[in-house]
Amino acid sequence: MLDQILQFLITGITIGSTYALVGLGFAIIYNASSVVNFAQGEFVMIGAMSAVWLLATGMPYPLALVIAVLVTTCVGFALNRFAIRPARGATVITTIIITIGAAIFLRGAALLIWGKDIFALPHFSSEEALHVGAATLLPQNLWVMGITAVMVLAVRWFFDRTLMGKAILACACNQGTASLMGINVGLMMLVSYGLSAFLGAVAGILVAPIAFTSYDAGIMLGLKGFSAAILGGMGSSMGAVAGGLLLGVLESLSAGLISSGYKDAIAFTIVLLVLILKPSGLFGRKTADRV
Amino acid sequence: MKGLLRLRGFFAFALLVAALPLLFPDNYFVTVVGVTIGFNVVLAVGLNLFIGYAGQISLGHAAFFGMGAYASAILTTRYGWSPWPAMGVGLVLVYLIATLISRPILKLKGHYLAMATLGFGIIVNIIMIETVEWTGGPDGMSGIPGLEIFGWAVDSDLRWYAVMAVVMLATIWLSLNIIDSRAGRALRAVHGSEVAAQTLGVDTAYTKSQIFVFAACLASLAGSLFAHQQNFISPVSFNFFFSIELVTMVVLGGLASTFGAVFGAIVLTLLPQVLVVFEDYEVLILGAILMSIMIFLPQGLFVGLVRGGKALARRLFPGLSAAAARSGAGS
Repeated sequence: MLDQILQFLITGITIGSTYALVGLGFAIIYNASSVVNFAQGEFVMIGAMSAVWLLATGMPYPLALVIAVLVTTCVGFALNRFAIRPARGATVITTIIITIGAAIFLRGAALLIWGKDIFALPHFSSEEALHVGAATLLPQNLWVMGITAVMVLAVRWFFDRTLMGKAILACACNQGTASLMGINVGLMMLVSYGLSAFLGAVAGILVAPIAFTSYDAGIMLGLKGFSAAILGGMGSSMGAVAGGLLLGVLESLSAGLISSGYKDAIAFTIVLLVLILKPSGLFGRKTADRV
Repeated sequence: MKGLLRLRGFFAFALLVAALPLLFPDNYFVTVVGVTIGFNVVLAVGLNLFIGYAGQISLGHAAFFGMGAYASAILTTRYGWSPWPAMGVGLVLVYLIATLISRPILKLKGHYLAMATLGFGIIVNIIMIETVEWTGGPDGMSGIPGLEIFGWAVDSDLRWYAVMAVVMLATIWLSLNIIDSRAGRALRAVHGSEVAAQTLGVDTAYTKSQIFVFAACLASLAGSLFAHQQNFISPVSFNFFFSIELVTMVVLGGLASTFGAVFGAIVLTLLPQVLVVFEDYEVLILGAILMSIMIFLPQGLFVGLVRGGKALARRLFPGLSAAAARSGAGS
């Protein structure tokens, strides 16, 4: 029993790492522009799908991965430039529908380009399972956890230590004041969307060797990332990371111990309960409502 | 007279709906696609009350449509009930569930409300897929009996057209009247500002929950009819994607316009039918429409067209519109 739980924990932390990266991307965009980006999951899908596609053209594996991440980052720039910026000042509902529209659009484009097939990337290194007690662990699981940890620390460093990171945080506090301080707000928005897409693509590529990918894989991952951000408290980046890991573990435990068919239902029930009982999230600060 | 004038758009539309099958009794677009349009109009008009007028958002409306459909399907095929009481039970069930969840969920706003309704919709869809012994799981349920109204069997496309035309027109009429009633003004006040509405004595929580439950009940009714009309249902018809499609219908026509929602439902049902080549591009185009309307024409296509038409008429016939303005002021 204990070994089984260990196994579920390993699976849960692996999938939770993906949720954490997607949730982190959510939090970055939400902080910078108060937009909840429902197209976040599509970044994950585009990262993984374009890596598969580039690899199929005969490109060396590492190069294909780098280009796939860059392509996705450009999609993030484009999303900001062509969908979010023209609609500045729109209501919350309008922006929600715009990002949903963008998600459906990207998904439709992926369907046209790559079709309905399910793809997988090769493992980064050996596929031989390692044993931890009675539980098994693939080297890819370690890759996922390790790179996620590096990414999270790098994002933290970016916002705490670099001028650009601080400029984005300034935009999050007050865009008007930030632009008076000589910060190019438009550019900072562009960078946040790019960074968020970058994180999504990395998540997609990391998990594609284990979890496969297809044109419609984005929606669910995006919603899970959103759930992670809400669990952790909207707007708190490290909260989103913790929320993602927690969601992954809970999901894996409920799939293993209760029912695999209901695992998504259980995840969303938890999110609903958190929304109703503690809308500020598990780690978020309580904020006052602006009238 | 004033009341008739207020509903002139409704009467014109009713006339069109009645004339179409008389003019084209065997036309596929009238009797087959027309019935589907009927379902979508009922759903979109209900959802528009909640999204357009009350200014809330629901990304899980398909769940109520599905609950109505499954209640009817399960009671008639597994327990041998006749369709009408089954429909009634579905309605009561949806009423109870919607009432139960409305209070806690509608306290949320904006993104949180979007997430909560979306989560609810997905949970309901998963239950439809997983409770195989009741719902038949992903394969769905077949052999759902047709409908009979006082011995009159609704057994042809044309008859279904008649039934759905009546249900659809009744929904539109209800919606138009709700909007112009005290409850409708309360709704719009909630949309403007909840705090301001509260200071004016509007029970905002009650108003929101009332309209949410009403839209849910309409969807349940449409779902029951859908099950009997199709004779077959599966969870795919009630998934997240369909919820989004419904929101698209409301948004496409124009938020806070009943005929905007009607327009959106008609256009979005017809589009894939009209363009056969559309099939591969359906998802792409749906997304593009949703995005570009919200960016460039946030008030919606129908509302935009009507306003544009009025402006054009003013420019072309300045005398006429001045007269219209006078008579408008007089009424």
